[in-house]
Amino acid sequence: MIAKGAVAIAEGRIGKPLEKYYAGRTRAPLQRSFIAFKSSAWLVVLSGFVEPVLYLFSFGFGVGALIGGITAADGSTISYAAYIAPGLLATSAMNGAIYDSTWNVFWKINESKLYQGMLATSLGPLDVALGEIAWALLRGLMYAIGFMIVVTPLGLIENWWGLLAIPAAVLIAFGFASFGMAATSYMKSFQQMNYINMLMLPMFLFSGSFFPLTVYPEIVQWFIKILPLWHGISLIRDLTLGQIDSSILGHVLYFIVMIALGLWFTTKRLNALFLR
Amino acid sequence: MTSLISARSLTKTYGDFVAVDQINFEVRKGESFGLLGPNGAGKSTIMRMIGATLQRSSGELAVLGKDPEKFGPQIRAHLGVVPQQDNLDSELTVRENLYIYGRYFGLSKKFLTPKIQELLEFAQLEEKRDVKVEALSGGMKRRLTIARALVSEPEILMLDEPTTGLDPQARHILWDRLFRLKELGVTLLLTTHFMDEAEQLCQRLIVMDKGKIMAEDSPAELIRKYVTKEVLELRFGSDKNSQYVDQLRQKCDRIEQLPDRILLYTNDGETLLTEIVGSGLHPITSLVRRSSLEDVFLRLTGRSLIE
Repeated sequence: MIAKGAVAIAEGRIGKPLEKYYAGRTRAPLQRSFIAFKSSAWLVVLSGFVEPVLYLFSFGFGVGALIGGITAADGSTISYAAYIAPGLLATSAMNGAIYDSTWNVFWKINESKLYQGMLATSLGPLDVALGEIAWALLRGLMYAIGFMIVVTPLGLIENWWGLLAIPAAVLIAFGFASFGMAATSYMKSFQQMNYINMLMLPMFLFSGSFFPLTVYPEIVQWFIKILPLWHGISLIRDLTLGQIDSSILGHVLYFIVMIALGLWFTTKRLNALFLR
Repeated sequence: MTSLISARSLTKTYGDFVAVDQINFEVRKGESFGLLGPNGAGKSTIMRMIGATLQRSSGELAVLGKDPEKFGPQIRAHLGVVPQQDNLDSELTVRENLYIYGRYFGLSKKFLTPKIQELLEFAQLEEKRDVKVEALSGGMKRRLTIARALVSEPEILMLDEPTTGLDPQARHILWDRLFRLKELGVTLLLTTHFMDEAEQLCQRLIVMDKGKIMAEDSPAELIRKYVTKEVLELRFGSDKNSQYVDQLRQKCDRIEQLPDRILLYTNDGETLLTEIVGSGLHPITSLVRRSSLEDVFLRLTGRSLIE
């Protein structure tokens, strides 16, 4: 077999859907991330996993000892650690995805000009967006698996539905990664990038991660329910506590819309930045 | 000869600013074609439009017979792009940079393994193959960028200011490599604001200023057409230069007064110098040199290339 040349490969894409934006090579930028990852700082990578575990031990078992149990929606009592574990998992999926898709992406757009190089080849902007987001997902998946390995032996996962928390965490990471990348592509300076962090911390603290939303007045509850992290936490909590009902579908749908919007804006924006 | 690139009334505007103003040119297969002009002349803008990473405002542009706006990915597959600013992947090694760039084009590992070896040899970077890009010198980075652009076996190699920022030795090594490619029949399209680079590398070039083409020909022909064979450069001291200009004007074909010196265009510099000294004028320094593209640019625009 003769190895195909670059031109033959590009010509082969003519007439395929989205041919100007997508070359069918999400794998290439993904592979790039993997090669770069092999020589990256492992401690930074590890910190993404350690952080939620530290929160779990300090709040879950520390504060939890003072509180006792929490009354779940169905009236049963669960331990405080079991209550906050899903919140921490959803938050770590969010943090991992946001880190990869905001600061890393900002650097690649504005400083290292990496995307400029990628898009000077026959690769399309959607390949780049999907490849980068896929990487953020893989990282989210690793963190989710790591977290589950810690919490399951502690008895914090009530039933087999809890295993679905892993794909749920990946879905959450997907939503945040595609949205984060889209937002970053509009940012012009490091100062603006800090706005993202300013949004993340309060969202983490008030989205029902440490206590039920019922402590707030109704209007505040509604506001929080618009934000993505609440949907993420509720989704995982429903799964780990085995409260399976139609609200799960609503949360999943929320993230699917978020993913689609994020991808659409990212592709459009990368196209405007580098191919116009 | 077939033309690989052809532009007709090609124009790019940004609001009221006209970056490229209705220009026409053709690049033929196998030639090395240059865009010479100062910063801001519109050279990089033209390169990006050809490279299908920037849309034109009006006019026609065909690269390998295709419209870059309709066949972006297909045209980019034919091109090797060396941007003005290095955008190598600093987190990867030299070899990994070549490999992953080939992967962006969809090339297989089987294709890339021998190709990378060949390119490392070409770029004289074999010993640096497993070194991170950050640790390379400026000249090595440029050579790697060129090798990277060649990984897809492009028909046209586009170089935007290939030696800007390099020391003289690194420039000569780079020129030698580009010359080698020219001999292999690769079509080169390059921009530069160095006249010596244009003279060394370009068979044909267009001289650009403020988005317009001022002249088009081979370097030798441009010099023959627009300036005399030789230039006599005289310095009388910065405040005295102007008082001699009128006196010297009758003695030569053309005279240019620059802030620090006077340029006299003539076909025989030595004879003119003897004559001037004989007439009782005593410049502090004098230099006879061959005319260059710099003089062509000065003649066409009244300004120097590097300001």
